[in-house]
Amino acid sequence: MTTESWLTKFPEMERASLVAIRKGLDNAYRDFSRSWGESIEAVFDPLLMFLVWLEKLLLTSPWWLVLAAIVALVYGASRSWRLSLGVVVAFLLIGYFGMWENTMRTMSIITVCTLLSIALGVPIGIAMARSDRARSVITPILDIMQTMPAFVYLIPVVMLLGIGKVPGVIAVVIYAIPPVIRLTNLGIRLVDKEVLEAAAAYGATPWQRLAGVQLPLAMPTIMAGINQTIMMALSMVVIASMIGVKGLGQPVLKSITNQYFTMGLFNGLAIVALAITFDRVSQAYARRTQRHLKGGNDA
Amino acid sequence: MPEQLNEALIQVRGLFKVFGNDPASILPKVKEGLSKDNILAATGHTVGLNNINLDIHKGEIFVIMGLSGSGKSTLIRHFNRLIEPTDGRITVEGTDVVSLNTKELEQFRRHKMSMVFQHFGLMPHRTVIENVAYGLMVQGVEKAARTEKAREWLDSVGLAGYEAQYPSQLSGGQQQRVGLARALCTDADILLMDEAFSALDPLIRSEMQDQLIALQERLHKTIIFITHDLDEALRIGDTIAILKDGELSQVGRPVDILLHPADAYVEAFVRDVNRARVLTADVVMQPPACRLTTENLNEALKQMRGEGKDYGYVFDGDDDYKGIITRELIEDEIDKPGINAGLIELAEETPTVQPDTSLEEILPTSLEQPYPVPVVCEDGDFRGVVSRKTMVSVLAGADNGDGKTAAG
Repeated sequence: MTTESWLTKFPEMERASLVAIRKGLDNAYRDFSRSWGESIEAVFDPLLMFLVWLEKLLLTSPWWLVLAAIVALVYGASRSWRLSLGVVVAFLLIGYFGMWENTMRTMSIITVCTLLSIALGVPIGIAMARSDRARSVITPILDIMQTMPAFVYLIPVVMLLGIGKVPGVIAVVIYAIPPVIRLTNLGIRLVDKEVLEAAAAYGATPWQRLAGVQLPLAMPTIMAGINQTIMMALSMVVIASMIGVKGLGQPVLKSITNQYFTMGLFNGLAIVALAITFDRVSQAYARRTQRHLKGGNDA
Repeated sequence: MPEQLNEALIQVRGLFKVFGNDPASILPKVKEGLSKDNILAATGHTVGLNNINLDIHKGEIFVIMGLSGSGKSTLIRHFNRLIEPTDGRITVEGTDVVSLNTKELEQFRRHKMSMVFQHFGLMPHRTVIENVAYGLMVQGVEKAARTEKAREWLDSVGLAGYEAQYPSQLSGGQQQRVGLARALCTDADILLMDEAFSALDPLIRSEMQDQLIALQERLHKTIIFITHDLDEALRIGDTIAILKDGELSQVGRPVDILLHPADAYVEAFVRDVNRARVLTADVVMQPPACRLTTENLNEALKQMRGEGKDYGYVFDGDDDYKGIITRELIEDEIDKPGINAGLIELAEETPTVQPDTSLEEILPTSLEQPYPVPVVCEDGDFRGVVSRKTMVSVLAGADNGDGKTAAG
């Protein structure tokens, strides 16, 4: 006599109904993507155009011109000859080992992802800092974005938009945007209450308080968030390559499937070199603009 | 001294502030007179201010004094509505501050009041000159104009040459001077100073107090000054309000607070004050015992005998003070052969003090000579005398000092 009760076996849902739910959701989403896919794609057209333009610009310009532009940017942001020299060496090595084109592709997509993350993340972070209700809604969403395996949200994105650059950018942004949102929120909330009170006491409008006091004072924290966002975007390059984003990720993916150790290592090192460049430059820039906070007599 | 107008510049009427989730529902309980502790225990709401009524007059330094948690910082933030009252009315020059809408409040804050903060509240990312000009920048004043004005004020607080520095490069005292310059730069008539000098070390603090008093003599602002330091309150205040647990214990002139504390709380405060430094000659002085206006020696002698004194204060025909004379001196002069000298010629010029001289400074003078020290204004106007006996009784304590000082 086999007596199955809810005490010995977990009271599961009927298999049939589970299948029905799955089917229902899948069909509903498929219908949605069929009827709306194209119009949603159209929304992202400007983004795609910009992406293609940037990639083309980096690929068609002569390598020495691109390198000169990169070094100029690095020096302009950091004012450090040592860092600029390091960047030159790293990029020359990358080019010498035949990874120039892929590096340019990755750089263009990372640049777009970072800009998009900042453009979306900072305002969301501000909204979060201004209202506790917004924070309590947004925080769990950020938790999901950071912990949900990237492959899971790749599925609906690919279903909706197909394979290519735009879904890649969306996947990277979803993964990389939380730090800039969280740290913008944190930075603004940490602004010295008395300084903010002083601004209010002199009749500053909410906008004057935000732009003139809160954002500048939160900037070191926001910059740390941007830095994290860049790092996370770079770490997504390989996963993004699975949905057709060209760049350094694809050779890495190929090396995994074919066990090409050296090829994987070289391309991995190229990603690391890019990451270090972005990291050092953004940090040096942040330090340079926040020097007055340190004190001393170096004005 | 404040100009005592009939209508106060700032009027606070029935001001209540309750902190918590639903302050309005708690208000009736506060008005019923339930204690702060009971309300906190029963409802979780904190009573910040309890029925505050104040009149602040134009041109005075009004000090609100209390220990931490007394609600003084909460109170000062009600004047420019950095904190919204739960109930009550605040009127500034006839404007009901509580009823202003957002735009009106911004204008009010820009032009009527400025504020100095305990930890300076300077913007670390702006230079000193930009900080001073901040109020004008918010108002939309053109850069050249606001910088020029900021430079003037920076100069008048003694920080010329620091324009391009950042606040973090300055010492605490210098930073607060920047805070003061910023407050003065908007030309607001009312200055709110929230423990402005409390974060500074004692020497710098008294320097800043002097500077504030000097500026006030020139500018005649209405200053609301918060402090937890009674010595500071007594030193700079024209009127002092003492706050305890969100309620006013006493409002009055420094002398009244010192000599007639309203309750045990104020008395406990006042006990440790250095009276000799706070009280001045005009508070404790009395009319002179023997006032001689005659030139005739015999008449003077007669008057002295009549009043039973060995000495007298000599005045000339214009009622100007000329000096002290003793009975002995007059008798010797009369006994001398020949023509006697006049009373004024004989009078001994002794050190005098001014009405605003503190007892601490009078003390040495008073010990050097056996007679009560005359109190004479700069223009020669004789006000009264301070005797050693009066000083001892005033300095010893309020209980035996009261009767005597009432005369002053």
